[in-house]
Amino acid sequence: MSDIVLLTSIIFTPTIGSIVLLLFHPKSEESMKNWGLFVTAVTFVLTLFLLKDFDSTQAGMQFTSTIPWIPHWGVNYQLGVDGISLPLVLLTSLISMLAMMASWSITKQVKGYLMLFLLLETGMLGVFMALDFFLFYVFWEVMLLPMYFLIGIWGGPRKEYAAIKFFLYTLVGGVLMFIAMLMFYFGSADSSQGILPTFDLLRLAEIGQGLVPGVTFSPTVQSIAFVLLFIGFAIKLPSLPFHTWLPDAHVEAPTPISMILAGVLLKMGGYGILRIAFPLCPYGAQWGAYALVLIGVVSILYGAFAAMAQTDFKRLVAYSSVSHMGYVLVGMAVWTIGADGVTVGRDYWVQGMNAAMFQMLGHGISSAGMFFIVGVIYDRVHHRDLNKFGGLAGLMPLYTGFAAGLFFAGLGLPGLCGFIGEVFVTLSAWNYSKLLAVFVASGVILTAGYILWTIQRVFFGPEYKGPHPEALTQMNGREIAIASVLLFFAVVLGVFPNTMFSLMGASMEQLVSAMDIGYQNAVQTVNDIQTTMLK
Amino acid sequence: MTFEVLLNQVIGETLTVSICRFGPELIVSATILVLLLNRLFGIDRWVAPYWTTLIGCMIALGYATNQYLLLQQGTLPAGEYFTGLMMFDGFTVFLRIFLLLFLILVTVLTVLSGIPDLEDGPDFYTLLLGSTIGMMIMSGANHLLMLFIGIEMTSVPSYAMVGFLKGRRQSSEAALKYVVYGAGAAGVMLYGISLIAGMLGTGDMPLIAERIGQLTGTASNFESPLVRTLMLAIVMVFVGLSFKLSLVPFHFWCPDAFEGASAEVAGYLSVASKAAAFGLLIRFCLALTGTIEGAASSPIYLFLGLAIGFVAMVTATFGNLAAYAQTNVKRLLAYSTIAHAGYMLMAVAAMMVLLNAPSGAGLTSFERQELAAKSIEGLLFYLVVYLFMNLGAFAIVALIRNEIYSEEISDYKGLARQTPVLCVCMVICLVSLIGIPPMAGFFGKLFVFASVFQSAKVHWAMWVVFLVGAINTVFSLYYYLQVLKTMFLDERPEGARTIDIPLNPSGWYVIFVTAPLLLLILCTEQLTQTARTVAAGLFL
Repeated sequence: MSDIVLLTSIIFTPTIGSIVLLLFHPKSEESMKNWGLFVTAVTFVLTLFLLKDFDSTQAGMQFTSTIPWIPHWGVNYQLGVDGISLPLVLLTSLISMLAMMASWSITKQVKGYLMLFLLLETGMLGVFMALDFFLFYVFWEVMLLPMYFLIGIWGGPRKEYAAIKFFLYTLVGGVLMFIAMLMFYFGSADSSQGILPTFDLLRLAEIGQGLVPGVTFSPTVQSIAFVLLFIGFAIKLPSLPFHTWLPDAHVEAPTPISMILAGVLLKMGGYGILRIAFPLCPYGAQWGAYALVLIGVVSILYGAFAAMAQTDFKRLVAYSSVSHMGYVLVGMAVWTIGADGVTVGRDYWVQGMNAAMFQMLGHGISSAGMFFIVGVIYDRVHHRDLNKFGGLAGLMPLYTGFAAGLFFAGLGLPGLCGFIGEVFVTLSAWNYSKLLAVFVASGVILTAGYILWTIQRVFFGPEYKGPHPEALTQMNGREIAIASVLLFFAVVLGVFPNTMFSLMGASMEQLVSAMDIGYQNAVQTVNDIQTTMLK
Repeated sequence: MTFEVLLNQVIGETLTVSICRFGPELIVSATILVLLLNRLFGIDRWVAPYWTTLIGCMIALGYATNQYLLLQQGTLPAGEYFTGLMMFDGFTVFLRIFLLLFLILVTVLTVLSGIPDLEDGPDFYTLLLGSTIGMMIMSGANHLLMLFIGIEMTSVPSYAMVGFLKGRRQSSEAALKYVVYGAGAAGVMLYGISLIAGMLGTGDMPLIAERIGQLTGTASNFESPLVRTLMLAIVMVFVGLSFKLSLVPFHFWCPDAFEGASAEVAGYLSVASKAAAFGLLIRFCLALTGTIEGAASSPIYLFLGLAIGFVAMVTATFGNLAAYAQTNVKRLLAYSTIAHAGYMLMAVAAMMVLLNAPSGAGLTSFERQELAAKSIEGLLFYLVVYLFMNLGAFAIVALIRNEIYSEEISDYKGLARQTPVLCVCMVICLVSLIGIPPMAGFFGKLFVFASVFQSAKVHWAMWVVFLVGAINTVFSLYYYLQVLKTMFLDERPEGARTIDIPLNPSGWYVIFVTAPLLLLILCTEQLTQTARTVAAGLFL
């Protein structure tokens, strides 16, 4: 199978599946759900083909393919994956499949739900594979509308508020990204030398790193564009102070959609920083590095404290996401430049980048798992008040086992997926700033605090005194399947982190080198200008 | 040259060249005659008036398309006709095709929604066709006289169409407001035209730039009283055009007229008269600056461009913010129309700024024209997309009105369960109006904003226009979503009128109109190419 066909069919299989759903009779809900599961499973298998042919020793883009789309404007349908995007593509198709399995609890307007769900998956996969800024933007925004309706129609009591808030926040980020996109597009051209503008992310990255003779993004442009892009991605990530949409959206969304939001959508913020904000403006990245780390640290602490204060089970998990994604930001940004203008402790930074990426994957598994666990209990007793739970361990022992496993994965227990990311981020932060590293490390303790306390309140204690005690039945086969797959990956990633590190290592290494060079080139330009001005 | 020779020359030119170039307009005029004669002899009892209209329009559309193809091949050269009163070029023909296509779509909509009834049919279609002829003249005007005639020919039938729902007080009130406002604007514009023609000694648009140059000579700043008077005259003409484009502060008629008129007429006015007025605005702006190679870039016109940019910015912002408070769908769409006129006007502002870039901006005259053409290209693209998204939205409003007898947003609660087809199409139209990919509205916005971005390199003030334009996307999100929220998220109240539009012709019509908004992503290139050819033709 040629590359373009494989990548295109990964992206558009869900779309086709969604169109085929139109042919089903609205009453045949069971067969529609089966079809939805089948489509997501096919997509997952297709991404496994990608993994099979992927050469992890190669740092650059693989499976690249380009078809002109709007040649007049230099827009191409350009796809490809590298070590950074491949793990996320796998995560997306896996979480989508599991979330689809969790969708059996949806009984209202099933056809519309499944169609929107599948369209959403197309958008998510497209974002991770697009190599053209324009295409990336299109996929990025394609997700908005399905998500709005998925939260708005199938959500909880405050669904309308949550849905519009999600939409507004993300659209603001999109508009900022749009401005940055035009800055790069027109900055990449020089009509006097006959250099045409381009949306090609790889070429834009080269220009940003000062590798293309004739055109370059000046340090000012890089700084402005970096701020615009960072805000756009930080909203999605989400980091303080742009996070307030997240608790609302996650809490009101139905369980499968919460799984997707936490498992995949948040990763787009991190991915966007790694794929666009960093390589296109290395100078801007270095310029803003300290602020990024600081925002990350504040997010970690704030998210943890906020989680501790919640009485709503789902809101607690949502705030834990804010906290965990803070590690991603810290890990990426621990880039120190010494007095001589050379990167200090480059290996620590590489480690931080890898850890950030791993944290995204680990969080994708553990947070999806935690939301699923919450969903299971909510389906039974229809409330999420932590203070009314208790004693579940005796009533639902298997469920308690899965829940403990997945929550410990989120907590960062050694041997589970959350540990690797957190510990390496903390280590690399130590090299960056000892003070901040102390705060990062204390975040781990806070996390342990609220998760252990939650487990105690929900599962232990003498007996369950909340409403609907009769509904506390054992997990069914479908639920066991979802939970065990998630727990399986949590353990595998925790015990064999190298499965992922080996995939992403080469690409990360290359990204770090490229940014290093890019920063040096940009500084060179600044110095040159100053010298000429002095003369 | 004796009078007789001159006369023969004129007659000869008219018969061989002009008549043929004026073909589509003549065919539409003939259709009006047939409509009226049919009624006179009672033929309209057997041949419904809309059939006559549709057939006439299709012939005219075929003729215009043929003209476009011949023009592209070079068999039919571009040029002036009717002794310089009208201009025949790619731009004219493009807008003709645009207007005729739109006319056909609107006619089909009126047939489906049943306004007008058979009795009123000939009157209504006569007005519709008549105003379209006016718009076609607007798009080809090459003389200040034709500029005025075109606008008036468009306006007068529009007034009557707005008041066409004869029994309703609201409709008559809307028409009256529209007439009074329109008459005032026309008067101001006519005064401006007479000033220009009086000062320059000509109304011929291609001559204006040159004459202005001769008149003001080197005194190209506001110190000179000549320049000041001239600016006054130009601003007066802009007032007339702003009225047609419903730009702030000449927009007051728009929400009232749209609310009073039937949704079909409102949809027609919102798209067709906008397109024609933009065509005319571009022609007038280019007449001022001149398009010939090396045309002087004047700081006065740069200032004018920035002023247009300011108006565009205010219009877009005002339209979006005012839409928040609306409870009636048509009023909401009217404010959305105002906002979109603002977006599109940004392209015109960008064009003026780019064309008149000072020599310090580092643009050669060739580059200036290239970039200006790109602004117009973006505008034309936007117009085409706008046709489908706005017509789609108004058509859905009209079809829903026929079922629930209401155009209040609160009466749309939970409609999605009952008529999913219309509601999903409404999503596509409104999301396209917001400008979110993959709907075509995003591409239009991108192209327009891209040219505004380019013009920001000439003058910093365009940065403000650009940023305000971009932020407006966020402003507009909320009120469009409010409509969608009502349709999809709310429950249909007990006892509300039920609606049942399955996949009947109405359903298919709406799908047909909204499908281009999704399918355009596949042929964006072709449309941009066409728009580019047409836009470049203006600068030959």
